[in-house]
Amino acid sequence: MTSSQALLSAKNLGRQLGDRWLWQGVNFELFAGDCVGLVAPSGVGKTLLMRNLVLLDPFQQGEVRFEGKPLAAWSLPTYRSRVMYVPQRAIAFDGTVQDNLKQVFDLGAYRQRQFDPAIIQTWLAQLGRGPEFLKLNGARLSGGEAQILALLRALQLDPQVLLLDEPTASLDATTTAQVEALLHDWLQSPHRACLLTSHDADQIRRVTYRQINLGEFA
Amino acid sequence: MEDSYIVISYGQLALSAVLILVNVALSVALQLGLARSLLIAALRMVVQLLLIGFVLEWLFTQDNALVILAIALVMTAIAGVSAVNRTQRRFAGIYWHSLLSVLSASALVTGFAMVGIIRVQPWYDPQYLIPLMGMVLGNTLNGISLGLDRFMEGLIAQQGQVETLLALGATRWEAAHKPVRDAIRIGMIPTINSMMVMGLVSLPGMMTGQILAGADPIDAVRYQIVIIFMIAAGAALGIFAVVLLAYRRLLSPDHQLRLDYLEKAGQ
Repeated sequence: MTSSQALLSAKNLGRQLGDRWLWQGVNFELFAGDCVGLVAPSGVGKTLLMRNLVLLDPFQQGEVRFEGKPLAAWSLPTYRSRVMYVPQRAIAFDGTVQDNLKQVFDLGAYRQRQFDPAIIQTWLAQLGRGPEFLKLNGARLSGGEAQILALLRALQLDPQVLLLDEPTASLDATTTAQVEALLHDWLQSPHRACLLTSHDADQIRRVTYRQINLGEFA
Repeated sequence: MEDSYIVISYGQLALSAVLILVNVALSVALQLGLARSLLIAALRMVVQLLLIGFVLEWLFTQDNALVILAIALVMTAIAGVSAVNRTQRRFAGIYWHSLLSVLSASALVTGFAMVGIIRVQPWYDPQYLIPLMGMVLGNTLNGISLGLDRFMEGLIAQQGQVETLLALGATRWEAAHKPVRDAIRIGMIPTINSMMVMGLVSLPGMMTGQILAGADPIDAVRYQIVIIFMIAAGAALGIFAVVLLAYRRLLSPDHQLRLDYLEKAGQ
């Protein structure tokens, strides 16, 4: 892969709801080291675009390529392990936070890898949380705690592209700044990129290098 | 056989209708508003059973395997359709899934019992095939209804979990095996429960019937045990088949949860 080649590219994407097109002709590319803000007024379908990028919803129009290959050439679980979508509504599975983090390594896509408590502790410290966070019951997490869990659960799987849907919507100002710093550090490793939505225009300016306005394709 | 039990005449039958008046009187006295439905239900039951009596009488004189299999197929189709009719949601192909599951489960189980266990000669003897198949169908139908309904509702309730797993790189099976297991378990519960208390709380209808008809209770019990195993196996196979078929439909080969395929019944 040459450095000029996009990690993730979308060509002419379109999404229909009923007979109404939410957006059409959406083109963009994500390069290594990129952090792009996806902005649009509410209801335009930012979440739907992210779901389309990982094919949680079927395509109605257009093509997505990862590392130059169309999605049809990828096994979808492998693709989703490398282009990881973190939904706005964070879901915790049964068990403690640690169970939640460990459990995903049972998936076939990560059979070669192992849960690494050390890296989780490091990240938790960066987010101002101690190791006791790992013992919390997943079912009783607050919205913000669940968001932290969802972010760490995704980060530990070492994806190349993160699709973050309002990643700090339920977090206080301090933790939001800590998450932004963590994301900034994460992007320093080669061959990583991030697409992010946020209702907070200041956050988009702080975190992302450029923006795609989905409203222009509506 | 004629001598071993008292034949009920039409006059005696009419007398038994007095019993339903107990329900009607209760409904009128307490203003339950059930009198009309009760009478209609009672009338339907009587007409349906009398009709089936005549059909069976005719059927038992048949010795053409094709005619008997055709009747069995009609029964299967009715069971397959009614199983779906009791679920809250639908998707394209759900009736075919149900039919296929009921058909394969009941054919396998009844076939095995007729040929392998009871060893009826000829294998399609309607006096055995039709009642045995009917009992397997009735229970498979209930299991399929419960399992299918639970699977669809489970996917809706657990959409967040399933899609989170998919987004983390799970295959469709890794993401959905919990709702699949739950649905199969729920579908099996009535069968297991009824086996648990069989003979203690409930005296099975078939056994009671055989005893009334003059059969040795021990023989009747043997038949009952065979039929319960048939019912359990039929329900298990049917539920397993229908939930797996629904799984293949609602979780696409692209590892997507297609809740958009579901619609509310009656729309």
